[in-house]
This record gives sequence, C-alpha cells and structure tokens, in this order.
Amino acid sequence: MENEAGALSRVAGLFSARGYNIESLTVAPTEDETLSRMTIVTRGSDDVIEQITKQLNKLIDVVKVVDLSEAGHIERELMLVKVRAEGEWREEMKRMSDIFRGRIVDVTDKTYTIELTGAGYKLDAFLEALDKGAILETVRTGASGIGRGERILKI
Amino acid sequence: MELTGAEIVVRCLAEEGVEFVFGYPGGAVLNIYDEVFKQNKFKHVLVRHEQAAVHAADGYARANGRTGVALVTSGPGATNAVTGIATAYMDSIPLVVISGQVPTAAIGMDAFQEVDMVGITRPCVKHNFLVKDVKDVAVTIKKAFYLASTGRPGPVVVDIPKDVTQHKTEFVYPKKVSMRSYNPVIKGHPGQVKRAVQMILDAKRPMIYTGGGVILSNASEELTQLTRLLGFPCTSTLMGLGGYPATDPLFTGMLGMHGTYEANMAMQHCDVLIAIGARFDDRVIGNPEHFFQDGRRIIHIDIDPTSIAKRVKVDVPIVGNVKDVLAEMTKLIQASKEKPDRPALKTWWTQIELWRSRDCLKYDRDSSLIKPQYVIEKMYEVTRGEAYVTSDVGQHQMWAAQYYKFDQPRHWINSGGLGTMGFGMPAAMGVQFAHPEATVACITGEGSIQMNIQELSTCKQFNLPLKIILLNNRYLGMVRQWQEFFYGNRYAESYMDALPDFAKLSESYGHVGMKIEKPEDVEGALKEAFAMKERLVFMNFITDQAENVYPMIPAGKGLSEMILV
Ligand SMILES: Cc1cc2nc3c(=O)[nH]c(=O)nc-3n(C[C@H](O)[C@H](O)[C@H](O)COP(=O)(O)OP(=O)(O)OC[C@H]3O[C@@H](n4cnc5c(N)ncnc54)[C@H](O)[C@@H]3O)c2cc1C
Ligand SMILES: Cc1ncc(C[n+]2csc(CCOP(=O)(O)OP(=O)(O)O)c2C)c(N)n1
Ligand SMILES: [Mg+2]
Repeated sequence: MENEAGALSRVAGLFSARGYNIESLTVAPTEDETLSRMTIVTRGSDDVIEQITKQLNKLIDVVKVVDLSEAGHIERELMLVKVRAEGEWREEMKRMSDIFRGRIVDVTDKTYTIELTGAGYKLDAFLEALDKGAILETVRTGASGIGRGERILKI
Repeated sequence: MELTGAEIVVRCLAEEGVEFVFGYPGGAVLNIYDEVFKQNKFKHVLVRHEQAAVHAADGYARANGRTGVALVTSGPGATNAVTGIATAYMDSIPLVVISGQVPTAAIGMDAFQEVDMVGITRPCVKHNFLVKDVKDVAVTIKKAFYLASTGRPGPVVVDIPKDVTQHKTEFVYPKKVSMRSYNPVIKGHPGQVKRAVQMILDAKRPMIYTGGGVILSNASEELTQLTRLLGFPCTSTLMGLGGYPATDPLFTGMLGMHGTYEANMAMQHCDVLIAIGARFDDRVIGNPEHFFQDGRRIIHIDIDPTSIAKRVKVDVPIVGNVKDVLAEMTKLIQASKEKPDRPALKTWWTQIELWRSRDCLKYDRDSSLIKPQYVIEKMYEVTRGEAYVTSDVGQHQMWAAQYYKFDQPRHWINSGGLGTMGFGMPAAMGVQFAHPEATVACITGEGSIQMNIQELSTCKQFNLPLKIILLNNRYLGMVRQWQEFFYGNRYAESYMDALPDFAKLSESYGHVGMKIEKPEDVEGALKEAFAMKERLVFMNFITDQAENVYPMIPAGKGLSEMILV
C-alpha cells in the first residue's frame, strides 16, 4: 500500500467496521520508500476471505492484495521471551532454547531473554513446552509472509 | 505568481467548472471565504445548517450527475456535515466536501474547534485527505474530484488546516491525475458478457432487476433499449426508479419490502435474474436464505466487485460500467441468430399479469379522510409526471415511490441507504439550483420536515420556488406502522405532539402556506400551488392517521411472504 499517514488505520478500520477477524497485522516500509507492505493473518470462510480481499482492494491506499495461502509460502514471526533462569531453571531454559533453535540475547543472574523466529505454530509450541511458571514476559511481532519459489509480489 | 492556499482552493473549484458551493463559514475557513468573496466563477449558497449544505450538494449531484461541493468549518461545522456525508456514501453520490481544520501546529492539542475529521469520516467516505502542505492543495483537490466522480461514485473529504490556506505556492492545476492503486474497470469481461447473453437467450422466466447503478451510470437509454428488445419484465429498487419508464407495460413496479406483489413474485420465481447496478440489499431480497431458489441463475453487473457475491451467490459476475456492458450485450443479442424464447415468455407474462391483477396498490378511494396515496396520485397528474421529486424518510417516502410514476432518470431523489430524515428539503434546494426552471417538489412527513425546517430561510434568500407536500399524519408513521404490526399497538414515542401551524410558519419565512383537510380540496389545492411558479408553497395535508404502507414484507421474511391489503 501507499506509504502514507492514515493507510494503516484505513485497513484496521475496515476490519473492525465489517467485523472481520484479525489475528495479526504487521507493516513496514519496503525498499521502495513510497510503498509499505502489510501482512495480515485472518480467518474466515471462502466467501468471507473473498469479501475481505475485495474490500481491501477497494481502499484507495491499497495497491495490491495477494492471498499468500493460495500457494506455497513462507511465514515467519519473531518472538522475545523473558524467562526465569535461577537454580535448576538455568540449565533447563538453555536446553529448551537450543531445542527450538532460539537464541539467548540477554542474560542476567535471574533471567534469560530468548529470541525465536518461525511460523506462528512453532512459537506457540515453544511456549507450550515451557513451564508456565518460568515465563515472565513475551512479545511477538505477528507474521510476515512471502511466496515460495519465483512467485513475487511487486508493483 | 504565488497564490495562497485559500486562493488555490477557489481557483481549483473554478477549474473544475463548479457552479455552486453550498456552505457555512467559520474561523478555520475564513481565508477561503475571503477568496470566495473576491471571485465570481461560482455561486456560494449559504445554508442554515451544515447538514443541509451537504444534502443540497447531494441533491444537486443526483439531479444533474455532476459532483456536488460543500464547504464547512472545522469542529462543529465538520461534525454537522457528517450525516450528509454518510447519506451520500450509502447511495454512492459524488461529492467533494472541503472542511477547515485548526492550524497544523495545533492539531492534536485539543485546540478550539478541533475534531479529527479524517478519522470521523473514514468509514463513510470513498476517500479522505488531510492536506498538510500548501504545495499539495491543488493536486489533492484534483484527486478528490477524480475519485468522487469515477468508478463507484462517493463523497470525498478534503480537510485543510487554516495555516495551509495562508501559505503561498505556485499554482498549477494538473490536467489529469492517475493513481496506481485506483483503476476502475469500465468494460465488462468479454467472455463473461458472452456467457450472460447466452443465459439470457435461454431464459424461460427471466427478470431484469435494476438499481441505482443505472442512474449513476446514465444508462437509462441502454437499459430501455435492451429490455424492449428482449421483451422481459423489469423491476427496480427504490434507488433505480426512473431508470426504466414506470408507465411502460414491461415495468412491474418497485420491488422489495414495500414493492409490488408482481415484482416480488417474479423476482422470486424467475429462472434467470439479470441484476444491473443493484446490490441485493436486505430491504430488497429480505432473508437471503428464503431468497435462494434452486435452479435460478443470476447475472450481476456492477462496477464495484464488493457488491457482487456479497449477499447472494452469482453465476455470471460482470464487473464493469452498466452503460458499457448493456450496450455490448445489446450488440451481441442483435447480432445473434438466436432469439428470446417467445412461447416461454408468453406463459411467463400470463403468470405475471395474474399477479398484477391482485392490484396490490389499491386503497380506499371513498374515505372521508385524505388518503396519502391519493395526494401523490393527484400530484402526479397535476405535474404530468414531469416534476423532480425529493422525499424525506418514512411512509410518505414509500407512497411517493409507489404512486408517482417516474419515466425519467434523476427525477426521484431520496435517501435510501442511510434513510436520513431531514434530507428532503435541502436536497430539493440542490435540485432547484441544478434545474432552475423545473418544477421541484418535496414530499415529506411532519417528523422529517422538522429535522431541517430552518432551510425555509435559505429558500427565501435564494427564491427557490419549491413545492412542499407535507403528508401530515401526526405520527412518525413508519415507526407507528411497525409498532402496530410487531409491537402490539404500543405506540412508544411515535406520536408527534405540539406541531406548529405549518402554514403560518411558512408565511413567517415569507412563503405561501396552505392547509388541506378534505379529500375534495386536494386536487384544487395542488393545481393552485403548482401554478405559483415563483413561490415556495408549503402544503400541509392532514391525512388519515391510521394508513399503512402495503404491501409489506416483515423484516427477515422472504419475498413471497408479503402482507397485502
Ligand atoms: C423506509 C425505507 C424503506 C425502504 N424500502 C425499500 C423497498 O421496499 N425496496 C427497495 O428497493 N429499497 C427500499 N429501501 C432502500 C434500501 O434501503 C436501499 O437503499 C436500496 O434498495 C438500494 O438500492 P440499489 O440496490 O439500487 O443500490 P444503490 O445503493 O443504488 O447502489 C448502486 C449499486 O450500483 C453500483 N454502481 C454504481 N455505479 C455504477 C456504474 N457506473 N456501473 C455499474 N454499477 C454501478 C454500485 O456499486 C452499487 O452496487 C428503503 C429505504 C428506506 C429508508
Ligand atoms: C434521522 C433519523 N432518525 C430516525 C429515523 C427512524 N425513522 C424512520 S421513518 C421515521 C418516521 C418518520 O416520520 P414522518 O417524517 O412523519 O413520516 P411518516 O412515516 O409519518 O410518513 C423514523 C423516526 C430516521 N430514519 N432518521
Ligand atoms: Mg408522519
């Protein structure tokens, strides 16, 4: 979409005004600074997804809409998790992070901050696997997506 | 030479060939008003409430197809305009609304008369802009007119901070704009058009269902030609009336909640439905589950893809401009060796005539009270069906739609999508400006007229000789009807007490006022009023309080579940 003030709120407003479900939404400028790219994760029947696609296309600021899930695509989300790292937790947290290919990016005597990227379900699985009592704080970016292979979304 | 932002605004409007700006001044637009004062390219119409400015611009646009323009100040001026903007949005009417804003440095500071106009109007505009740099004023206004009037039309708001109207820059009005993210489709997809034509030629029980899109795309001629070529029955939504001549035998009347028995039955039982610039509104098809009919195929022509397959599944979707698509279809049908199935059509018409013979719009003609339907019928005769008719919202609106037979497009002007009481008189003002010599009537109720009654003053100032037909039932009649049918006659807050003497009120504004209480006086009064070409005449008809609008499909029911008289 056009990299203009207000474009994001038009999209967000559309979803809330029409009662569409929004699971996550990420947006940032692209290599072409007049454009920004947004990845929205939503759920609905085929009819609803068709309406969402059409309604998004209708917004004047939206340049192009692609349903990534129509074909192979890669989906990545970044999560930062702050966990307890005292006593027996310390080894355990390091081990879990390694298993899920996370990286410990900040360390104190009492905590680790683990960085993890992957599809949303992988991040969910990591949180599931951790002892609830160990999780101090989490923050997630929401998914960004791109088509597999030579499929390209470009203007 | 460098011009101020305010000068640029006014120059842009002149460049667009704007004839009238409907507006109301205030602090944030004083610079613009100063430039309005100094120019003579367009006329400014001072209304008495900003809602009326937008409705008047809207009425102007509906009556002549050009983009209407309104100018309002920031804060309360802007919020007053919102109902008008939403009204135009729901009916897809091209408007450019320019609102003043507090100076850029004050935005977000809870400044005096600050509201987030772009935020408030976002869900009810086609698009809106906040202009933060004087260099963007001209190109933004150009884009606003382009967006408002092309594709599916709609209102566009341009919010301009006061300092931007003071700053200076070189003025260049772009000849053209193009926007990479906005490319309305005009021509229908040839393959789809061909499929549609084949389906039409194979139809045994066809039905043509037209809507506001026919009016908006000026496609009445194409529609009439195609319908007559095929000999198919034709119906219209409230918004499409006049798109096909109502006095033509192929026309089955309006359909929907208060549509005719024949139109609704044919709509339900046809085997090929050709939807043209109509959006399957809930007031039209009722309950979509009930509307669904096995074996019926649907062709849907609309310029806006979101209108297609929104409420019903469609077999042949055609995204395109009605005018172009109909012309293309007509060409293909004329060139085709196949002809419509005449014997099947004959059987279908026999069935439709049977439905028509129910005479669903009959009413008691011997009543000693004035029947509202009678007033409209007589008014139709007196104006020879040639008047521009605006209406407010309620029972009177439905009677106007049912009993005034519109043969021409853009002559029936009402708020269908939002259903805004208070629309009628200000819209009629806009219509009269668009057509100064024409007869313009506003059919209204005593509830609705009081929502913008102050505009009688504007009418005086600009000598607008409107004919106001008040069907005064002393009730919010449409509400009362629902309470009678669905709420056990509990008439909660629907009685209109303490009404003014409308004739005197009208006279106090310098107009003519009349009160008509007996059926035998109706025709004479109408003749007298419509003969007064130079004066606004306010006609207060005291009508039967208990009259209801029939037929009626209760909300949530299907097209064949009508309540009849
Ligand atoms: C009290 C009350 C009672 C009502 N009862 C009824 C009733 O009984 N029957 C009824 O019909 N309505 C009724 N309405 C009106 C109803 O609410 C809707 O406003 C109306 O039915 C919509 O009409 P439409 O489908 O023609 O759509 P419109 O709102 O006129 O929309 C036009 C359609 O055409 C498309 N279009 C625009 N331009 C073009 C173009 N150039 N080319 C192609 N397509 C184009 C648009 O995208 C849109 O989909 C009532 C309203 C009120 C207030
Ligand atoms: C601004 C607004 N408020 C409320 C309504 C709900 N409403 C629809 S019709 C109606 C009654 C209109 O009364 P009147 O103008 O007297 O017309 P009548 O139905 O009696 O002909 C009301 C209150 C509306 N459509 N618009
Ligand atoms: Mg009334």
